[in-house]
Amino acid sequence: MTRREREERRAAVAFVAPAVVTLAALTVGPALWVFWLSLRERLPVFGVDRFAGVAHYAFLATDPRFWSAVRVTLVFTLTSVALELALGLALALAMRGQRVGRRAALALLLLAWALPGVVTAKLFEWLYHPAAGLVNVVLRSQVNWLGDPSLALPALVLADVWRTMPFVALFCYARLLTIPAAVYEAAAVDGAGRTAAFRYVTLPLLAPVLIVTLLFRTLDALRAFDLMFVLTGGGPAGLTETLTVYAYRSLFQTLRFGFGSAIGVVVFVLVMIVAAAYLAVLRRREAAA
Amino acid sequence: MSRRPLVADVALLAFLVLYAVPFLWQLLTSFKPESELLRVPPLLPRALTLAHYEVVFAQSSVPRALVNSLGVGVLTTALACALGVPAAYAMATLRVPGARALMLGIVASTAFPQIATVSPLYLVMRALGLRDTWAAVVLADASFALPFVIWLMTRFMREIPRALSEAAALDGAGRLRTLLAVHLPLTAPGLASVALLTFLFAWNEFLFAFTFTATEASRTVPVALALFPGVFEVPWGDIAAASILASIPPVLIVVGLQRWLVRGLLAGALTE
Repeated sequence: MTRREREERRAAVAFVAPAVVTLAALTVGPALWVFWLSLRERLPVFGVDRFAGVAHYAFLATDPRFWSAVRVTLVFTLTSVALELALGLALALAMRGQRVGRRAALALLLLAWALPGVVTAKLFEWLYHPAAGLVNVVLRSQVNWLGDPSLALPALVLADVWRTMPFVALFCYARLLTIPAAVYEAAAVDGAGRTAAFRYVTLPLLAPVLIVTLLFRTLDALRAFDLMFVLTGGGPAGLTETLTVYAYRSLFQTLRFGFGSAIGVVVFVLVMIVAAAYLAVLRRREAAA
Repeated sequence: MSRRPLVADVALLAFLVLYAVPFLWQLLTSFKPESELLRVPPLLPRALTLAHYEVVFAQSSVPRALVNSLGVGVLTTALACALGVPAAYAMATLRVPGARALMLGIVASTAFPQIATVSPLYLVMRALGLRDTWAAVVLADASFALPFVIWLMTRFMREIPRALSEAAALDGAGRLRTLLAVHLPLTAPGLASVALLTFLFAWNEFLFAFTFTATEASRTVPVALALFPGVFEVPWGDIAAASILASIPPVLIVVGLQRWLVRGLLAGALTE
């Protein structure tokens, strides 16, 4: 190693070190620690702190509340992401070619995405109000959307789609703008109609963006917390309780740190599987570019 | 493709106004007199009032929470940028030992679910005596803000031609000086976008803020809103007013700073 290289190395370490140390303490450290915590019985208020092995995981394996939370989390994630993608893509197609009021359109679109999740929860709690909610007024109904066992989860999904669809629409829209008109002219010369142009030109060119957005949104839906915690609190009767809400309740309401951490680990593993797929796609695209 | 008619643009804008109705309805609710809140139809009130805002400002913890949120947002952004920009500079221009593994760790940690790291962080904050302080929320928020800043700023800085750093070095500039005089000015628009998004994420963040705060001293707006008290019945008008106040920065950002917001958002996944 030359002197120059040694100097560069030292400088690089000096520039990176503060961030790396901070990240180690705030993300990587806690991420490892939570696995260890999940193997312990830890009740801070009672001063209990002992090794429990895989007892928490063994309990979860036969815990109906846990499996219900798994089901709710998966249903929430799948339906919410599917609707976001379909609606976001449709809206992006409608926005392409817009000439008047583009800035206003983007502002109206992105507003829903930019609001705090707690605000979104409050907006929808009021919209779903059994007597005076706008939804019931418009439908001339008296439905208790958030209290009805068969409606609460769809109502929650709808609120989530509202706030996250703009994200999908923006990404698709930005990609659509980069497709040159010449590509479509060429397709038209080859006799492609509107449907064929969409099927054979637009969709293939959008596919990479759609895949990245799909994985990104799946990741976010799996770890979502604020909307359901504030809007339904997991109710009615636990029917909208996701893994994140169950974990939070166990950690900070029943104060079982080991047990709650075990549920947190399950979310962590689920998210990391999706993140690994996401990174693999990104890397393949970087290799292809 | 044929140019589309104006009516299509107008229809699209009309649809997007409808899409914003959940927010607009809350805005209207925040100005509705108490007596008309639960009496719909009519949809539009006969008179508008500032009463709900007066209640929120005079009797709730929301004003204090707005200050806390502003402080937490600004400090989180400053901390993440102060630590993240030099790191990004090194990742983009220098041979960092273990750079690949480091970048993988940084990108992976943007995906860590908060619900998994919240229990260890809680024990850390308690041990350090930081519960119910701005510092606790700022540090916790930095756990997602810092990897985000490093990731995007590395991308922006990689686009700066190497020749510029070399020219600066020939002029006798050290690395810190090159960062400050070459890379920082050239990536300033990108940094502005990243800082804006970081602030927005910190402003909106709920899980950490809800966990690490206990009183008015440090509660941020989302927490104050989630805990908004009602004595006998739910004060829908006051909650609406508080929601609107909590939405001021996001609204300003999508309306006034839209270009920067969009640039930052797209940089995350669209660079090809």
